[in-house]
Order: sequence, then C-alpha cells, then structure tokens
Amino acid sequence: MDSFSLGSALLQYTVSGLTIGVIYALVAIGYNIIYNVTEIINFAQGEFVMLGGLFAVFFAQSLHLPIFLAFVAAIGLTGLTGFAMERLVIRRARSSTVLSLIIITIAVSILLKGTAMFWWGKNPYSLPPFSSGRPFIVLGAAIQRQAVWIFAVSAIVVVCLTLFFRRSAYGKAMLASADNPSAARMVGIPVRQMVLLSFTLSAAIGAAAGVSITPISLMEYDRGALLGLKGFGAAVLGGLGQFFGALVAGIVLGLAESFCAGYLSSGYKDAVALVILLLALFFKPEGLFGSREAAKLKRF
Amino acid sequence: MLTVKSVHTHYGSIHALKGVSLHVRPAEMVALIGANGAGKSTLVNTICGLIKPTKGRIEFQGESIETLSPEEIVRRGIALVPEGRQIFCTMTVEANLEMGAFIHRRNGQQVEMDKESMYARFPILRERSRQLAGTLSGGEQQMLAISRALMSRPKLIVLDEPSMGLAPLMVKEIFRIIQELRQEGRTILLIEQNARAALQIADRGYVLETGKLVLEGDGSVLLEHREVQRAYLGKGAREIWDA
Repeated sequence: MDSFSLGSALLQYTVSGLTIGVIYALVAIGYNIIYNVTEIINFAQGEFVMLGGLFAVFFAQSLHLPIFLAFVAAIGLTGLTGFAMERLVIRRARSSTVLSLIIITIAVSILLKGTAMFWWGKNPYSLPPFSSGRPFIVLGAAIQRQAVWIFAVSAIVVVCLTLFFRRSAYGKAMLASADNPSAARMVGIPVRQMVLLSFTLSAAIGAAAGVSITPISLMEYDRGALLGLKGFGAAVLGGLGQFFGALVAGIVLGLAESFCAGYLSSGYKDAVALVILLLALFFKPEGLFGSREAAKLKRF
Repeated sequence: MLTVKSVHTHYGSIHALKGVSLHVRPAEMVALIGANGAGKSTLVNTICGLIKPTKGRIEFQGESIETLSPEEIVRRGIALVPEGRQIFCTMTVEANLEMGAFIHRRNGQQVEMDKESMYARFPILRERSRQLAGTLSGGEQQMLAISRALMSRPKLIVLDEPSMGLAPLMVKEIFRIIQELRQEGRTILLIEQNARAALQIADRGYVLETGKLVLEGDGSVLLEHREVQRAYLGKGAREIWDA
C-alpha cells in the first residue's frame, strides 16, 4: 500500500511537471521564432501569455462567448498585439542594434503589464476548462482534462511550426532573413514582412499557452514575467532557435520544478528554472540541442 | 539592357558617386574596375536598390528602377553575387539554393530543375548539399553564391568582387566559371579589383576613380591603355614610358 502511494505520487508529480513543462516549451518556442528571424530576445513574450489568458477571460466571461471561440479570439487579438508591437515600436527603431531592440522589448513588456493592470486590476481570473468532467484516474494519479487539452494544443503547435520552418518557402525565408538580412533582400525576400510575421506568430503562440493554462493556474496581470523567464530558461537550455530543443528543455524544466515542489519544498520551485538557466549558460551556452558549429556562425 | 544615367549617391555626408553613367547591352559582359574606395560597391548597391541615388536615373529594360525596393528589382531580373559572398551560413547548401529561387517559390518544378542544373554545374555542391553553408571553403562559398544568384533566373547578373579573398588557384577557377556564364550568352556586370583578369574576359570595361568614370572602352583596348597599366596592372611608369 505504501509503495503504491509512493508510486502514484511520483506519477502525479510527473503529470503536473509535464503539463507545466509543455507550457514553458510553448513560451520558449515563442522566443525562438522571433530570435530566429531577428536575433532579438523578446522579453515581452511572457506578456503575450498573460494577454492571451486575460483576453480569453474577457471574451468568455464579459462577452459570454463559448470557450473555443474565446480561445481563438484571444489568440487572434494577442497576435494583433504582436503585429502592432512590431509595426509601431520595433520597426521605428529598425536601425538600432539588436541589444537596444532587446531593451525596447523590456519597455514594451512593462507597458503591456501596466495596461493590463489598469484594465483588469490586480486580481487573478479563472476560466472554465475546455471540456468539463471528472479528471482521469490513471494508476492512482489524477489527470485533469485540461492537462490533456494542454498536451493537444502544444502538439499541434509543434507539428505545424516544424512543417512550416522545414518545408515552406516562407518558413525558410524567415530563417534566411535572420541569417543575413541584406542578402535575404538581395534574393527577393521581403525581410520586414518576415519580421512582422514572426512577431505576430510568436504572440499568437504565447497566447495559446496562456489561454490553455488559465483554467488550471489562473491568470493575473503580472503572471507573464515569471512564465516568460522560465520559458527563456527553456529556450536557452534547449539551444536558442531550436524548436525541438525548446520542447525537451521545457519539459525537463517543468519536471524538475514539479519534483522539487513535491519532494523538497514548493518554496524552491521558482529557483529551479533560474539555477538551470545559469548552469546552462555556464557549462553549455549553445544549449542541449544547439550545434556548436551553428552557434559559432551566429553573431549573438 | 541596363542604363545608368548620371547617378549621384551620398553616404551620409560623403559624395560617393559623382555623376556616373554607364550601360550594359544584352549578352554583353562589362567589367567595372577601380581601386579600393573608388565607389564600385556603392554603384552596385545603388543599382540593386540597397541605397537610393540622390540624383540620376537607372533604367532596366527601358523602365526606371531607381525608386524600387531591392526585392522588386530582383523580381525584374537583376541578381547580385554580393561582395564577400554573403551566403546564408547557418542554412544548408540546398536551402541556400532554394532561397535564391524565392521569387519562383510557387513553381516547385522549376526550382527542382534549376537546383539539379546547379548541382550538375558544381558537383561539389551536390556532395555538400546537406552541410551548413558556413562550413564550405571560400571558393565553394563563391560557387554557392553564384548558383544562388542564378536560381532566380536573372536577366542580368552583377558580380561584386568575386575573386576577393580567394586563393590564386580558386581565383582562376572563378574566372573560368564567369567566362563560361558569358559563353552561355548571359548578360554580366563584373566589378573587380583584379583588373587584368576582368578586362581579359570582358567585352567592354569602365574605370571608376573617386566616384567618377575616367575611362571607357573595349576590354582589350583598356588592357593596353597606359593609364590603366600604370594604375591597375602594376607596371612601373618607367617601364611604360621607355617602351
């Protein structure tokens, strides 16, 4: 009996680690898309996650839309926010260095957070799960239905993005714009459009993560910063720009956090991501899956 | 085919081109020679739309292109093999070729066909098609840069310093390739510091000096020209005057 409950606890921690892990992975993928095209680390990425969740709350509870419509509308509106961020802010500063653009993204994140606080106040909000019903009980561990939805959303995003960047001309053109913007223009790639597309796309993906997680962990105006930081840890650990790496690293991070909370103390939970980020930067700055060769060929 | 009419270009406060006029006829190979800082690259960047001229006109196939974006100029049929090669280092050789054909992306069959013909022309690129382009040697990168430009099926190819930074044997090889392109009837504007090699294979040549064209003529005539021999072919003044 004792060994059974130990086993089910382990399973429970694993499930909750995986759930939060794929969310980190989605945030990390958002970083990677913008990084891949512009070499900018967009520190407003966490705010896109927060906006996704709160927009969904707005659509579902103030406008009484069905949850799936709210999901789609929140992704659309956050995507539009990313679009506006590029159009109104990043594009105006296009001649600046990558480092100043990164600092600009920090400013945007503060602006978005402040606006969200004015609009929604400081209270956390909740959403109904995408489908109602009891949790699935597997070997003594409870798996919430929303967790299954989170896995499904992440899987769809990862598969679509992989196909987009590996197979489509636009996906490859986005990579080419990142590699060498002036050469990309010389082969006829509209680089500004690619940058615009990258901001829109990663805002939308951040929002997908935000909407999916709100029914489980609530959402408030300042939740973005920590999610963004952990997602950044996952992006670095997986190798900046590597989608598969981000997925694995996000899950590793989620599991580490969940086990730490379960077996050590939940007070150390948030430190885990930072420690892993620091270790990655010290010992393997190209990440688990970034090739050293490619890292050498990159500028930043 | 290409006509540049008294073009002036400024780099900030620097007056880099001071009224340059030149033309390239169909199926002709024109060499533009000049020392470092003469304005060769500025002229190339102005033709390709990366910098806008402050005065003057550039016409391609009878239409003025000086206000168009670089993307649109590629679509009109001018392809650049840029100085320093500028390949996509972090992408595979194959992806580099596909990006060269970005404007033809809706025509998959044509892209595949052209890729095959590039591999046939440069077998080394086929061998390395899955490798990251940044891992290629300088000469291989230059072949890739030329292939990438050809993938857009250009009407005019602009080669900016294709021999720069290459080993002497490779320089020879690159000039052989350029000669081959010329024999296929392609229209080429070749910008070079290596004046002798460029003038030997070109139909006509221009000499650019501090933002102005100072000489113009058939390749073989320029090769024999005293001023060119003294300034660009490294013959001593005495050698020329005594002869």
